[in-house]
Amino acid sequence: MLTIHDLKVQVDGKTILNGLNLEVRPGEVHAIMGPNGSGKSTLANVIAGRDGYEVTSGVVTYQGNDLLELAPEERARQGIFLAFQYPVEIPGVANVYLLKEALNTVRKSRGEDELDAMDFLKLVREKLQLLEMKEEFLYRSVNEGFSGGEKKRNEIFQMAILEPKLAVLDETDSGLDIDALKVVANGVNALRSPDRGIVLITHYQRLLDYIVPDYVHVLADGQVVRSGDRSLAVELEERGYGWIEDHAGDVAGAQAG
Amino acid sequence: MSAVDAEIGGLVARDYKEGFVTEIDSDTLPPGLDERVIRTISGKKNEPDFMLEWRLDAYRRWGSMNTPEWAHVHYPPIDFQAISYYSAPGSQGDGPKSLDEVDPKLLETYEKLGIPLEEQKMLSGVAVDAVFDSVSVATTFKKDLAEAGVIFCPFSEALQEHPELVRKYLGTVVPQGDNYYAALNSAVFSDGSFVYVPKGVRCPMELSTYFRINAMNTGQFERTLIVADEGSYVSYLEGCTAPMRDENQLHAAVVELVAMKDAQIKYSTVQNWYPGDEEGRGGIYNFVTKRGACRGDNAKISWTQVETGSAITWKYPSVLLEGDKSVGEFYSVALTNHRQQADTGTKMIHIGRDTSSTIISKGISAGRGQNAYRGLVKVLKSADNARNYSQCDSLLMGDRCGAHTFPYLEVKNPTATIEHEATTSKIGEDQLFYCRQRGLSEEDAVSLIVNGFCKTVFKKLPMEFAVEAQKLLSISLEGAVG
Repeated sequence: MLTIHDLKVQVDGKTILNGLNLEVRPGEVHAIMGPNGSGKSTLANVIAGRDGYEVTSGVVTYQGNDLLELAPEERARQGIFLAFQYPVEIPGVANVYLLKEALNTVRKSRGEDELDAMDFLKLVREKLQLLEMKEEFLYRSVNEGFSGGEKKRNEIFQMAILEPKLAVLDETDSGLDIDALKVVANGVNALRSPDRGIVLITHYQRLLDYIVPDYVHVLADGQVVRSGDRSLAVELEERGYGWIEDHAGDVAGAQAG
Repeated sequence: MSAVDAEIGGLVARDYKEGFVTEIDSDTLPPGLDERVIRTISGKKNEPDFMLEWRLDAYRRWGSMNTPEWAHVHYPPIDFQAISYYSAPGSQGDGPKSLDEVDPKLLETYEKLGIPLEEQKMLSGVAVDAVFDSVSVATTFKKDLAEAGVIFCPFSEALQEHPELVRKYLGTVVPQGDNYYAALNSAVFSDGSFVYVPKGVRCPMELSTYFRINAMNTGQFERTLIVADEGSYVSYLEGCTAPMRDENQLHAAVVELVAMKDAQIKYSTVQNWYPGDEEGRGGIYNFVTKRGACRGDNAKISWTQVETGSAITWKYPSVLLEGDKSVGEFYSVALTNHRQQADTGTKMIHIGRDTSSTIISKGISAGRGQNAYRGLVKVLKSADNARNYSQCDSLLMGDRCGAHTFPYLEVKNPTATIEHEATTSKIGEDQLFYCRQRGLSEEDAVSLIVNGFCKTVFKKLPMEFAVEAQKLLSISLEGAVG
């Protein structure tokens, strides 16, 4: 469903992604790991269509179409969801209100009717339970005054409501204590399905104990330098990113030559 | 009109939904202002002598005053002799007795504005005193109100029917010589609304006036006086809109509120006068004096305003807290887009003991709009234990607009508690992207964020008005981003 070929991206003239390749098929969970500055979040933002990222070459295809042509809201309506690393506060706007607007917009673009208030509430309550969240959560302003853990939980809650085709989770595990991590992981696992692709971006392999990926890719200097299965993450944990970075240096050096 | 002008005209007309002109015969005085004009106005309205004297007194004061220049707004000098000071729909003399007698074109105008009087009568439970240019053309619900003992009528009618009440309260809150525009209004005001709620009466419905400026080159000078006698309650809604013109039009109104002991007045405004086009051509100069006096103990006056229109807004709805434990409130949303300018805020004057006031101001600037909050909190020596809380937030969209905050504090009593908070923020790219990533269009995202920003004020508006205010904000901000 998502094919990335030789993607090069610059931010403020500096190359961040440098020939990245990735293929995600429906039903698969891919973990993207890598040290700080390796381009993990850039990848997430480029997929979601954030401004400020200049694609200098490469192709990104989503469901057979050129993804890079689409505005961010169009991508969202076609089923791409980004769980933000730093969820944004919107004072005065109730969580439930944004959610309803978002859901109805997405439904409308799929040719479905808007949900009426009762059905919407039913859906929302069900998903609240999944994420072990209290109902008062709905009526607080979007992310305002939320703890770090609550913000991350809220992202997965939104994802559960919007039921995307492709979900990109950008360091959803960072800043979570172990209990919150389990809840979030449960939420994500509940959303695993044969027609949904999930990309987990994480710095630590700890998350992968709870959400077991089908593939693990290691990013360094803007490229995928190693791909493998779950065992790659474990190996990485043991040997540290230094091992990868040395290796990446070889690849980059070879290419430059 | 050149082809280009026509094209621009077409564009503007499309943008400003209320930009139509009603063609009806009007009885309009030629431009210019002198004592004769004032005598003519007073004569046409068959006013009592005291009223004419009062007007002339105001005119003389006005002549010795200068236009105020301290506000953070810029505009070319106004030629007061080029303005016509009276315009009434044709066939003066006998006013319409019922809706049937009202010019159908006028009624059509109101329908375009979304306030069909007939329907309003049936459905909404809101009594409307519609002011068209200068003369009130129809007043509904008079009967229901009369049964409750509430007087709600055009100002000119009040002068005929209840001259003693008008005389007792007129100018007691905003004196003739209060400021340049208040003096001008006092001299030439044409009509407006008068409300009197007797002792202990809770007004059975929201009272509403829709103001509209129609004729070219006419200034509109309404005068509104609301008196809530002891222990009474009234909620008054004011909505304003004007057709699109290339010239600037002057609107200099005066509103006086008097709340006696234990009385409460809630005054809400949604102002959508024509703001001018994107280049700043045309638009209303909205120079308004609004003030309320809490005359007795435990009186309460609450101003809520949503200002999205006008080329220039200059207004400071204020409260004189005379009675002990009296309460003043000011909740404001002011939006400036394109080249609009707003200098608005409030004055809370604490005179009685244990008086308290709350000021919540939300300024939104987009395009090349300039938005200033100007507020005074004054605690006199007599005002033991006065309390004030002020919060002034500004939201900026784009990098060509401006937000300014001018809070003034004068505290003469050491027991006062004053709190002031101010924030300025830019509508964040992060917030927009977040909403768009959830599927919202950029315009919906802006409107969502702005409405969130204004929520504490919208909550103070009556339901129907809150909905209208939200829509207005969205319309006014179309094209403000991107």
